[in-house]
Amino acid sequence: MTAQELRLKQQKRQDAAFRISTRLFAILVLVLLAAIIGSLVYGAWPAITTYGLPFITTVEWNPVTSAYGGWDSIYGTLLTSFIALLIAVPVSFGIAVFLTELSPIWLRRPLGIAIELLAGVPSIIFGMWGLFVFAPWFADNIQPWLMEHVGTLPYVGWLFQGAPMGIGLFTASLILSVMVIPYITSVMRDVFEVTPAMLKESAYGLGATTWEVVWNVVIPYTKNGIIGGIMLGLGRALGETMAVTFVIGNAHRIPGNLFDPTTSIAATLANEFAEAASEIHIASLIYLGLLLFLITFVVLVASKIMLMRLQRNEGAHS
Amino acid sequence: MLTLYTRRRITNFATLSLSMAAMAFGLFWLLWIMYTLISSGASAISIDLFTKTTPAPGSEGGLANAILGSLQMTIGGTLLGTPIGILAGIYLAEFGSKGWVAPTTRFINDILLSAPSIVIGLFVYGAMVAQMGHFSGWAGIVALAILVIPVVLRTTENMLKLIPTAMREAAYALGCPQWKMTLFITLRAAKSGVITGILLAVARISGETAPLLFTALNNQFYSNLNQPMANLPMVIFQFAMSPFEDWHALAWAGSLLIGLFVLGLNVLARILTRQQGSH
Repeated sequence: MTAQELRLKQQKRQDAAFRISTRLFAILVLVLLAAIIGSLVYGAWPAITTYGLPFITTVEWNPVTSAYGGWDSIYGTLLTSFIALLIAVPVSFGIAVFLTELSPIWLRRPLGIAIELLAGVPSIIFGMWGLFVFAPWFADNIQPWLMEHVGTLPYVGWLFQGAPMGIGLFTASLILSVMVIPYITSVMRDVFEVTPAMLKESAYGLGATTWEVVWNVVIPYTKNGIIGGIMLGLGRALGETMAVTFVIGNAHRIPGNLFDPTTSIAATLANEFAEAASEIHIASLIYLGLLLFLITFVVLVASKIMLMRLQRNEGAHS
Repeated sequence: MLTLYTRRRITNFATLSLSMAAMAFGLFWLLWIMYTLISSGASAISIDLFTKTTPAPGSEGGLANAILGSLQMTIGGTLLGTPIGILAGIYLAEFGSKGWVAPTTRFINDILLSAPSIVIGLFVYGAMVAQMGHFSGWAGIVALAILVIPVVLRTTENMLKLIPTAMREAAYALGCPQWKMTLFITLRAAKSGVITGILLAVARISGETAPLLFTALNNQFYSNLNQPMANLPMVIFQFAMSPFEDWHALAWAGSLLIGLFVLGLNVLARILTRQQGSH
């Protein structure tokens, strides 16, 4: 064999080794996910065998008698995220429309960066700010007014009752909404920008107003992307821990109105895990964590599928 | 009775005003938080912050051990997570056109990117802390590394895909083996993009609290990586939840430090992307 052939052979071996090792690291990511699910199931096993599926629907959290049920935490997680989306979706939509259609070109970049910076603020800072600045201000200025004026209305009034403490379900949801706005906005802005300029210009050419173009051209074209972005925001909101822990009130109960303190899965974990003494308490908390992971997993998979569908459509059009 | 034309104009005006209001709503929170952070944090910044350890309530102290712990764990997590993310990203971008591994990994990675960080903490608790029998700085590093991987993987893949195929073909034509081509040509061409990804990952983990709750926990003193380790986010959490005024002041100072650090990293990352774009 000539020296050249030897060298070629060596290079082929090196290439194969390189390919296989990078492949191993890619597979490691898959293993990681499996390991997360496996370790959560293993850790939660004592609670799963003791309480079974009724754990999900039971409202009971008593470390003294070792009676655990997760519904109050699960309900708190779902409800705070839902209310957060009610606020965040229209706002994000407005911001995305502003950034893609209305804003002067020179303002787009700085404003876009400002909104993205909001996503960079660590959640512990949101939490501290919420507890020390927002909650007292809300309790002194907004809550009494809401209770006096909106709380007395028929049908919706009961939502705005409760003690004006500042912390509770509504504050947690509002702060969550501020935290997910940048994520939803960023997806919406990206998908708005893929709308072909020709489609929009045709509509403008027919005399449509800006709003009509957004409503009748951009939204139908980017529907899947918008839903994908909302789901992504939902996934973020469900798992958010520190900001919620500071302001939700951490009370194991089903809230009766918007201002009641309650808890969420992440907040329960953050508060109790390090201090949990009994094995069954730890297992129940891990069980909650497992449920949280499953819920976010489903939401994120749905979001991903929606966004992929938009990409495929985009490919079909061009 | 309004004409159709007027009605359309009114709708347009109303909705566009709402859109502007939404923009103002978003900026309002950012400015309010920034203002609070600076006004409450700046007064608590002093030299003691960097030289003294976390105090008992009522006594003098600083955040030195927490700052050191945060630095150690952030650096450790980045060093551990970055190579894994880059290598996996290389596989997805360079060898991922065939087979099931690349699409599946890409999908799962996007899920991990948004997975709740507290669940990562629970995982590391089960996999490390429960096995070793105590909380430790190492467990914190592993938890943070797991958060770094998806961010770095995704940016590496995206940046490598932007490199023109012609560059790869030129390298092949000169007889360059694939591993050399990837490491010394495409990865080098994508360098600033990959570094941006790493910076964003560092920004993300330096403010993370939830994954450290069950892994590094906290410590009143300096510690090595085999012991529970103080870190800024956990100290902020503990101090802010306490009833003591002087602890609150330290928590604000810590928040300001983290806030400035994260903000600085974000700005730096953006400057790098802009340079990349102008090439």
